[in-house]
Amino acid sequence: MMEYILLFIAAVFVNNIVLSQFLGICPFVGVSGKVSTAAGMSMAVLFVTTISSMLTWVVVKHVLIPLEIEYLQTAVFILIIATLVQFVELFVQKVSPSLFRTLGIYLPLITTNCAVLGVAIMNIRNEYDFIHTVVHAFSTAVGFGLAMVIFAGIRERQALCDIPGPLQGTALALITAGILALTFTAFQEVM
Amino acid sequence: MKPLWQEFTKGFNAQLPPFRLVLGLCPALAVTTTVEGGLGMGIATLLVLLMSNLVISLLRNIIPNSVRIAANISVIAGFVVIVELMMKAYTPTLFNILGVFISLIVVNCIVLGRAEAFAKKNGPVRSMVDALGIGSGFTVSLVILGLVREVLGRGSITLFSEANVKFQLLPQTDGYVFRLAVEPAGAFIFLGVILFVINLRSKKEKVAQ
Repeated sequence: MMEYILLFIAAVFVNNIVLSQFLGICPFVGVSGKVSTAAGMSMAVLFVTTISSMLTWVVVKHVLIPLEIEYLQTAVFILIIATLVQFVELFVQKVSPSLFRTLGIYLPLITTNCAVLGVAIMNIRNEYDFIHTVVHAFSTAVGFGLAMVIFAGIRERQALCDIPGPLQGTALALITAGILALTFTAFQEVM
Repeated sequence: MKPLWQEFTKGFNAQLPPFRLVLGLCPALAVTTTVEGGLGMGIATLLVLLMSNLVISLLRNIIPNSVRIAANISVIAGFVVIVELMMKAYTPTLFNILGVFISLIVVNCIVLGRAEAFAKKNGPVRSMVDALGIGSGFTVSLVILGLVREVLGRGSITLFSEANVKFQLLPQTDGYVFRLAVEPAGAFIFLGVILFVINLRSKKEKVAQ
């Protein structure tokens, strides 16, 4: 049990997917204007990352390795994720229209979110078993959500400030993200 | 129609990724702790972009519009696998440095973005020139970012660690000169500052005109 808790803390704080591993920067910069949209995107990512990690793990262990075609991993993974996202979209639309209204617009964007594919590949590279894969995927996505929501909170405040022209937009967003990443490095000393 | 030459040069000014065209930030931040990482990533992306733009442009009248994104991703994924296998065979050290980011070229917004914005509307020659322009712009940007970060962070320039081509410019203690530059936090801050400087210059150009 302790092992899983440590894996969770490491994935959320120490090796935060956005701030120390640089995955999923595009949505991190792109849809972090408001806390509500950031939270919506994070929920969608949590959902898709966890399910796609389980699916890709099973496919690698029971299809790719027996057939000795591990080199097709990247191509197979992206197809699984793209199909899964499409499927989740249809499923959520059918089962819960209210959830679809909140998550719907974020789902198509997730196909090209490198965090989802990145986590799936890392699970295989780190040779995790199934339970580790699930915990790792879930906690990484929680880390993504945490970074997203904090960052959106800061940017909501910044929107009210008078920012010099050339700094506006992505330049300031990146510098802010850098300072946020600096605070997260404090967790490295703790572990 | 614009002359061919302009399709190439736009990759260096109006649409220079990742500074003007803010796409492909993940690899730009992750692999630029050394010059070598930036160069390797840039060239790998350029190769994938060139081949996928060519094929997507040739197939543009065959692929139905409704499934074009899935079809484009499959084409790109195919070329990423080819580049991955080639790097694993010929430059294993670089392959390990770039790690998961080689596979992640498949979701690099630049590659899919050029397919969407250019290759599906233009002929094969123009698409390849476009890919060369954007791809080399991206490579040059990554090399510059890698150069700034490595020289400030470790005081060295690594060009090819496979053959140990490395120059030490500044004396370092514990492997670092200015540690922030090669840390994740530094990546964000340096890219932000470079973007700020570019914005500042383009604003001056506008005023001068």
